[in-house]
Amino acid sequence: MASIDYPLEHPRIKGREFSFSETLYKWVATVDHKRLGLMYITSALLFLVIAGLMASAMRIQLAVPNNHFVGPETFNRLFTMHGTTMVFLVGMPIVAGFSNYLVPLMIGARDMAFPRLNAFGFWMFLFGGLLLYYSYFGGGGLSGAGSAPDVGWFAYAPLTSSAFSRGHATDYWALGILAAGIGTVASAINVIATTLCLRCPGMTLRKMPMFVWVMLIDSWMILLAFPPLTAAQVMLELDRYLGANFFNTQAGGSAVLWQHYFWIFGHPEVYILIFPAFAIVSEVIPIFSRKPLFGRPAMVGAVVAIGFISMGVWAHHMFAVGMTSWANTFFAASSMLVGVPTGIKIFNWTATMYGGKIRFATPMMFCCAFLLQFLVAGLTGIMLAVTPFDWQLHDSYFVVAHFHFTLIGGLVFGVFAGIYYWFPKAIGRMLSEKLGKWHFWLFCIGFNMTFIPLHFAGMLGMPRRVYTYAPGRGWEVWNLIASIGVLFQAAGILCFIWNVVRSSIKGEIAGDDPWDGWTLEWGTSSPPPEYNFEKLPVARSSRPLWDLKHPQDPDWKYE
Amino acid sequence: MFEYALAALLQAQASGLPMHRIANIFKPLATPAESEYHIAVFVLAITGAIFVVVGALIISTLIRFRRRSDDNSHQEPPQVYGSNQIEVAWTVIPILIVFVLIGVSARVIAGVENASPPASTLHITLIGHQWWWEVEYPDFKLITANEIHVPASPDGKTATYLNLQSMDVIHSFWVPQLSGKTDLIPNRTNYTWIDPREPGIYLGNCAEYCGTQHANMLLRVIAHKPDDFEKWAAEQQKPAEDDPQLSEARAAFESLACVNCHAVRGTAAVGKVGPDLTHLMSRQTIGAGVLTNTPEHLRAWVNDPQQAKPGCMMPSMKLTSPQLDQVVSYLESLK
Amino acid sequence: MAASIAVPPSAAALESHWKMPDRGMIGIIFLIVTETVLFSMFVIAYLIYIGKSLTGPYPKDVLDIPVVATICLLSSSLTIVFAEHALKHNHLGRFKLWWTATILLGLEFLTATGLEWRELIYKDHLTISTNLFGTTFYSLVGLHASHVIVGLTFLLLVMIVTLLGFPIQTQLRRVLFLSWYWHFVDAVWVIVFTVVYVIGR
Repeated sequence: MASIDYPLEHPRIKGREFSFSETLYKWVATVDHKRLGLMYITSALLFLVIAGLMASAMRIQLAVPNNHFVGPETFNRLFTMHGTTMVFLVGMPIVAGFSNYLVPLMIGARDMAFPRLNAFGFWMFLFGGLLLYYSYFGGGGLSGAGSAPDVGWFAYAPLTSSAFSRGHATDYWALGILAAGIGTVASAINVIATTLCLRCPGMTLRKMPMFVWVMLIDSWMILLAFPPLTAAQVMLELDRYLGANFFNTQAGGSAVLWQHYFWIFGHPEVYILIFPAFAIVSEVIPIFSRKPLFGRPAMVGAVVAIGFISMGVWAHHMFAVGMTSWANTFFAASSMLVGVPTGIKIFNWTATMYGGKIRFATPMMFCCAFLLQFLVAGLTGIMLAVTPFDWQLHDSYFVVAHFHFTLIGGLVFGVFAGIYYWFPKAIGRMLSEKLGKWHFWLFCIGFNMTFIPLHFAGMLGMPRRVYTYAPGRGWEVWNLIASIGVLFQAAGILCFIWNVVRSSIKGEIAGDDPWDGWTLEWGTSSPPPEYNFEKLPVARSSRPLWDLKHPQDPDWKYE
Repeated sequence: MFEYALAALLQAQASGLPMHRIANIFKPLATPAESEYHIAVFVLAITGAIFVVVGALIISTLIRFRRRSDDNSHQEPPQVYGSNQIEVAWTVIPILIVFVLIGVSARVIAGVENASPPASTLHITLIGHQWWWEVEYPDFKLITANEIHVPASPDGKTATYLNLQSMDVIHSFWVPQLSGKTDLIPNRTNYTWIDPREPGIYLGNCAEYCGTQHANMLLRVIAHKPDDFEKWAAEQQKPAEDDPQLSEARAAFESLACVNCHAVRGTAAVGKVGPDLTHLMSRQTIGAGVLTNTPEHLRAWVNDPQQAKPGCMMPSMKLTSPQLDQVVSYLESLK
Repeated sequence: MAASIAVPPSAAALESHWKMPDRGMIGIIFLIVTETVLFSMFVIAYLIYIGKSLTGPYPKDVLDIPVVATICLLSSSLTIVFAEHALKHNHLGRFKLWWTATILLGLEFLTATGLEWRELIYKDHLTISTNLFGTTFYSLVGLHASHVIVGLTFLLLVMIVTLLGFPIQTQLRRVLFLSWYWHFVDAVWVIVFTVVYVIGR
């Protein structure tokens, strides 16, 4: 099949070995979007393993009632660091990593609009993450109290005030995440500028791949959602260090103000987190069904709608705070409405597969699990949006089950699909299908075994963030099954790590276009040269390679 | 662990009230919980149906349109780009479902939140502390801790209204079989109401992470038959028992630091930092539910609370053995 | 069926008509968007806490309308427009004049703010920890002042490289984007002024 351009020489200069310091410099000083993208994703996966180990420790502690595997202080730090790491140090670099790697390739550009800003964003993220983890050493402070933060990933006031959180633990939380957040906003501005300004000739906004659309809206949401978090964290630090009174109830301040500000960030944030999965799945499903994405305009409209509506649902995290019935009803309504465009997306993905020729390679299997799991997650979300039902389910293990279904069942499965799909492009070698299938089945079984039972524990009254529980409440059996599921998930992750390591060295050579793809990244070598394309392509439809491969039936005739 | 369950069960039988150990939200025993239960079942039915329909569509598509192993042609299937009618259909139908859900939710929200108290209402002020509950009965001029005694309401004509406040951080009141949860927020008074149908002991938890011992900030709502409730209140209103044989023990108690934090009505102990101990032995648990109230547990608790509830606000006062004996024997007299 | 190859739109035609927005312009616009949201959060906090301070001093007791500072800052938006206009027409002398005027006006604003704060802290005993008014006042006005400082830093940078002989007229685009940032800072001051000195007093 014809590729758009054929590089004159292989990107790796033959016969020359790079010394260790040269290699290190190449990676540390790089502004190349592909290297930075890989650095983001690698960091995210490392943090995923660390936070996953924390979760395993928690599940061991909760496997049986009145357990003594870890004490309360340690457990509280574990769930705080687990949540904070997963959201800010796994989810956000996934957003940045996938968009930075793929967007320039998909729009036919040579790099991002601001390559140095790109590097700045990555190193700010890494700095913020390391600052957060430094709390284990530095959190002691003068009073000797505290190590890592233990206030929960959403750090409610006044628990975070200096009166109730002594030492520096909470400060490491606030400042580490603030720093990482600045990197995130920088990355978002970069993606928007790249998408709006660097598209190759012929690629109007309407012809952009779905992946790029989703990441564009994602970046827009980041710009709007992160400032409230930054503001709240600055206010918290002013309270803690300069005696300000933003959340000081003794001076008339409001503890609920923190919740509003945090969730004005926090709810769009969870959509920001899931969008990469939407983006990836929108690329993978069409390729493995051999059909174009069904209803592209509707899909774009749905993503834009989610982007808007999700800004107006935040107080569904606050139904128990005692807001008026008007406020409760409004937020219930908006929260249910945001489920509509999400549902539309699920229908469109299914319609893409309908009438196709589905090939169940590993990326596609992760997408199939994503569809069913995200369906469950969306429906439990609707249950939580119904305020009176939420009054029972809020802050219980039902919510924990819900958001792990969205984040693992949705995001992580989508990310694995993306990694199996684009690893050949980035590294030049295929991941093993056999190991991939083992990874998939072990992880899928383990994930469901852990999180389905937790719905029931929640409905039987088990609250969140408890380091232990008494026997005889009906929670033991569900917790035990959930903890056993961790073993399968761990085994699946081990298969994945082994697959990545082994395939990087001995995997089958991928070639330019191993999956018979339709978007521009498959029109250059694997891995792409530093300049991406020898000659910048010209796009006439949203599937430029389809047009090249099927000159008698090109897409631009129908678009 | 088994001994906790057994001991609690025995205690329950001793009080003659059934213990509702499993706080199943689908077994409501009071009006708010019941309204929430009905809408929960309705929503479950709708979302369940959606799951079955959409799930079946996805799975059947995956099966029906899988690439056959004998298909070696590189023929691509028909390239269908979309369909406006279908898009409209599967936009409109979900919106209609959502409108139905919004309408039903609005009704139940108003019903629970804006309910007016019936003629016979007991008012309680519940104040959350790090990691125990202060329970005040303004009508009876009573202050107790950790157990909330209310009259049962078999005919639905009585209710208990709780004013929720907090002394420190945010807590949340959640007794699933009686009602959904409401937060206790400093500098703000929330309210909630319950009307337990049957006499019994209902279990709950603090449901907003409030620090180290959030897990052991347990709730017990004890619903009595109306006459029994009056009897209980009258007993609680009496000042502390003053057994002359324990005057030495009482003097020891009053001379130690205990009185800085705890109150025992009718004595020199007027501390407000910790739970009121006037009728400590009438309670089923110690430490907001972490231990059952038995002599051995009481002794272990007073000796070193950090063993059972590490991180809690009560330090070990490092009492000598004789001091401990005296304090515990005095406490055991506070029936 | 006949395998006809459709005729694609010509590549040359697509390439020659292809116009994309300037990336620097998009960058500065979206930076301003995100900063607007950041300021909004502090404005909202200010508005929510109006009248809620449990103890004094209260706004009407201690706040004087900063007339001179406001006139200076808003005029600096005008002078920067003149400067940019001069640069566009290659009048370097005039550009340096108006640019210096902008910087001086900005510095005057900062000085006036500093003096106002000195009086509030030492005479009226209002600090960030005194009450809700102090908290919201210093954080909102301080956030704005920090953005003025950042703007002034970049304005000074441009001044210095111009004085050192760098051909600044080749960077007209970037000077324009910097002026947009400066206009943004001024627009925020209008909002802050209205909220703090008009509504809140």
